[in-house]
Amino acid sequence: MDLLLVILVDGLIYGAWLFIVSVGLTLVFGVLGILNLAHGSLYAIGAYSTATAVGIYFAYGGDAFPLGSYAVMALAAIIVAVVIAPLLERGLLRHFYHRDEVIGVLVTYGVFLILEDAIKLIWGVDPLFVYEPYDLLGMVEAGPLFYVAYDFLVIAVSAITGFAVWYFLNRTRRGKVMLAVIHDREMSQTMGVNVDKVFLLAFGAGVFLAAFGGALTAPMISVSPGIGVNVIIVAFAVIIIGGLGSIEGAALGAVMVGISRAASVHLMPELELFIIYFVMAVVLIFRPEGIFVRTQTRKI
Amino acid sequence: MKAFSDIRVASLLALALLVAGGFALPEWALFLMTIGLAKALVSLGIVVQMRAGLVSFGQGLFFCIGAYVAGLMANFAGLTDIFVLTGIAVIACLAVGGLFGPLLANYRGIFFAMLSLSLSMILYGVLSKMNSLGGTDGLNVAAPTFAGYAPEGRALSLSLYLYTSFIVVAIGAVLRTGFDSQHGLVSLAVRSNELRVEYLGASVRRTNAINYVISAMLGGIGGVITGLAIGHVDPEYAYWTTSGEFVFVAILAGYLSIPAVFVASIILELVRSFSNLYFPNTWQMVLGVFLLVIILTLPNGLGSLFHRKREGGS
Repeated sequence: MDLLLVILVDGLIYGAWLFIVSVGLTLVFGVLGILNLAHGSLYAIGAYSTATAVGIYFAYGGDAFPLGSYAVMALAAIIVAVVIAPLLERGLLRHFYHRDEVIGVLVTYGVFLILEDAIKLIWGVDPLFVYEPYDLLGMVEAGPLFYVAYDFLVIAVSAITGFAVWYFLNRTRRGKVMLAVIHDREMSQTMGVNVDKVFLLAFGAGVFLAAFGGALTAPMISVSPGIGVNVIIVAFAVIIIGGLGSIEGAALGAVMVGISRAASVHLMPELELFIIYFVMAVVLIFRPEGIFVRTQTRKI
Repeated sequence: MKAFSDIRVASLLALALLVAGGFALPEWALFLMTIGLAKALVSLGIVVQMRAGLVSFGQGLFFCIGAYVAGLMANFAGLTDIFVLTGIAVIACLAVGGLFGPLLANYRGIFFAMLSLSLSMILYGVLSKMNSLGGTDGLNVAAPTFAGYAPEGRALSLSLYLYTSFIVVAIGAVLRTGFDSQHGLVSLAVRSNELRVEYLGASVRRTNAINYVISAMLGGIGGVITGLAIGHVDPEYAYWTTSGEFVFVAILAGYLSIPAVFVASIILELVRSFSNLYFPNTWQMVLGVFLLVIILTLPNGLGSLFHRKREGGS
């Protein structure tokens, strides 16, 4: 029974993290139709920016108010989004909206290659550590085990993020316009929607979510080159399981993958490395386009 | 019959050029060419699928199987004969491709890409965890022998290069014939409209499955040669970034021309090794910029440069 609880808690923590790092990817795909392979690099940039920003914060008297470091983390992610999103979307991606999905993947693969080296050029190859925000909240007792309270903060933030994205899309005017663009780009344009602006907004949100995922993760890991490479495929698996472009799907996919991974870590550790792909393959066998599928018309 | 003799002439010409090049080129260039040509075979597998509108992001799976066949046979069975190794790799990939091909034939677009990618990542995971197979460090591969002939030094590089050249030209000729065959033309039709193909009585699933199996075998051959040429195999062969490069070459070449695939692959190897040499810290960046420039300036791939005639209706 205890083991079950442990698996559940570990699974939720990992699932919450997965949701944060993959929700931006699914949003960008939903609106722009581009599967952004550079998402992992944006995540890494978010993590690095946070490491730098929080480091500066504590170097200049942040100790007096350590909780402020959380605001610094969010701020770092916002800055990354504001700087990078217009550059990438206006400068590059908009040339490819009418092209095949696979071209989009390849273009962002190129961006990924460029950003990976850019990260090394800016921050060097030595790992960075920002442990302060991680230790700030102390420990929590959950059943037989103690957990770092920060892990639960991740769950809370993830839930809030998911709700915020859902609320934005379904309950606000701008969000509904975005849904209209997802549903039918040309029709929205004829109705007077500024599709370019919607695209930029959606991509900006996607970049912010990726960077925010990195910001949230930075205190938990050593921030070093290559952290983005692994994230991207995991995030892909999650949104493919859920159905591309679906926010609810990403949430469900994240929880499924999170719990399966936790179960494999505790029960069959040798499976841990590929349990994610296994879950994805099984889901795709029964639901070839993921769990939440948008219906598509076929050209005859 | 004219087309048939065209292919023969072109193949003989290509082979003569490659062989002559082999004796003229320095050893580092031989190595680079061997790797470029071998990897081009893997990308050619993607091109075979691209003609039916599918792009696999998981060709690393077969590339890795082929390479590990070479590594395992040399280390555990003492087999180093390149002809035998190539044969075993083809059979292994035929088996794996035959198993997954019919399954994957149900998927399209991004789902096909991602599902094939997940298969290769599963292999990556398995190999990384199997310490008996070297884990993440991989295995060293013994130098190949050629039906009893065991060259060393430059002779080895040259033999491997010549072997690769022969294979590449033979496969190129076979595929060109295949592209113009009924199956090849149905593939093109699938690309432009698969519902019509079904209504006309051809099986889209069957076409896709066959293409997948063909590409699997090509991946295996590419893997065997690369593994033998580098002399080392590790799970990275199945990693998604490796598969990404194959897709890059395939897109760079486009689906119109077979020689373009080899040219594209060699260009990539050249760009890689020179940027590695001159910009050791930013070679990935150079590669990325190169990739973006190519996609922006040549939307239909290199093949469109020397293959002006448009095929199919798409």
